[in-house]
Amino acid sequence: MLSRRIIPCLDVTAGRVVKGVKFQELRDAGDPVACAKAYDAQGADELIFLDITASSDERKIMHDVVAATAEQCFMPVTVGGGLRSVSDIEAMLKSGADKVSLNTAAIKSPQLVADASLRFGNQCIVVAIDAKREPDGKSWRVYTHGGRNPTELDAVTWARQAVSLGAGEILLTSMDRDGTGAGYDIELTRAISDAVEVPVIASGGAGAMDHFADVLDQGHASAVLAASLFHFGTFTVPQVKQYLANRGIPVRR
Amino acid sequence: MSAPKIAVIDNGICNLRSVTKALEAVGSTPVVVHEPGEVKNVEGLVLPGVGALRDCVAALRSTGLDRTVRSWIEEDRPFLAVCLGMQALFESSEEGNISGLGVFRGKVIRFRRPPEYKIPHMGWNSVRFVQPESPLAAGLSREGESFYFVHSFHCVPEDPGLVLAECDYGGVFTAAIGRGRCFATQFHPEKSQAKGLAIYRNFVGVAAGATVR
Repeated sequence: MLSRRIIPCLDVTAGRVVKGVKFQELRDAGDPVACAKAYDAQGADELIFLDITASSDERKIMHDVVAATAEQCFMPVTVGGGLRSVSDIEAMLKSGADKVSLNTAAIKSPQLVADASLRFGNQCIVVAIDAKREPDGKSWRVYTHGGRNPTELDAVTWARQAVSLGAGEILLTSMDRDGTGAGYDIELTRAISDAVEVPVIASGGAGAMDHFADVLDQGHASAVLAASLFHFGTFTVPQVKQYLANRGIPVRR
Repeated sequence: MSAPKIAVIDNGICNLRSVTKALEAVGSTPVVVHEPGEVKNVEGLVLPGVGALRDCVAALRSTGLDRTVRSWIEEDRPFLAVCLGMQALFESSEEGNISGLGVFRGKVIRFRRPPEYKIPHMGWNSVRFVQPESPLAAGLSREGESFYFVHSFHCVPEDPGLVLAECDYGGVFTAAIGRGRCFATQFHPEKSQAKGLAIYRNFVGVAAGATVR
């Protein structure tokens, strides 16, 4: 049976992990490669690096981070942030990324999703969607630039369009829940997951064990992403998997 | 004994590094090859694959490496294909209606599943080795080991005896094939942590017993 995936996400700027990962066994909590190895050892199913570097010069460092990670961790790695062209994507894949995540670039240029998917296959093109619930409470609007800028796009419509363009996976973040620890937006996740053929990674709001189970179960997510919860050591990946297994959700042990 | 040399075919795809690093991690020396003339003084041959099958097969044909692969397998030399590399070995694929190398009888078809089964089939799924005596499965549990898959199409060999491992995703499909010293996996052993490295280690073990060519 296919396991539901548990995916830690590391925010990286200029080659350093933002805030750092508070593992006792880590000598350098800011080293993304060391953090990746620690999550690899914990049995994380995949890893996502989000490059939040502002300058393009420093962005080149991300290639070294990805290459060093790929040399030491035999697990799938997704890289997002700052990828704007097919050649940007190709360079990141050649550095050792298995998938790339496109957010603002995909909205600005939907053709990029189509071109990249045709060139590299849809299995390595993830479209990241940052969505915020509308005042009517029934729909979600897509935002760009880390949730600062509203677009004209409805999240469900955009997810469908992204998949028809060639996205092989959707990374869905609830801007309402992100950083709150109040739980994933289950309704949003289910609305998107039921609208598209491809897997959906739920993101934003994980704060307790039952949040993971609820979004996988009721939200129909294929995978769950969490950042601070894992970084601060609130829960380890094996603890989450043990909990999910007890709830009858298939996980890899 | 020195480390076995393994030729890894570069057909323009992007994940070569993970394959070569995995081969290094299990004590072999990978040699990246781009044309038939470079496939020499090696014990084993690996055909990785990610992306579109059409590009993968076209690249093999344009370099002549398709003939290298075919004769290598005919001579029962140690061979391992991964993901698209496995799909390229069959006669035809529904992906763009293309013809493959035809090393094995059979076709590659798209998953046809109820909507709750997401396509691509992406993530860790457990397999059952139906050739448990296969050297590729040495040291692995006959049933229940998890490997990382990412694919929308899967192989349907005509000869059921070719199937080395099966996987269930809303129905059983072929996760790996094996005949003699020719092996192919639909999953990515280079992305499957310790169990995946065990697959490479077993393959390198097979190659270590072969004569250099």
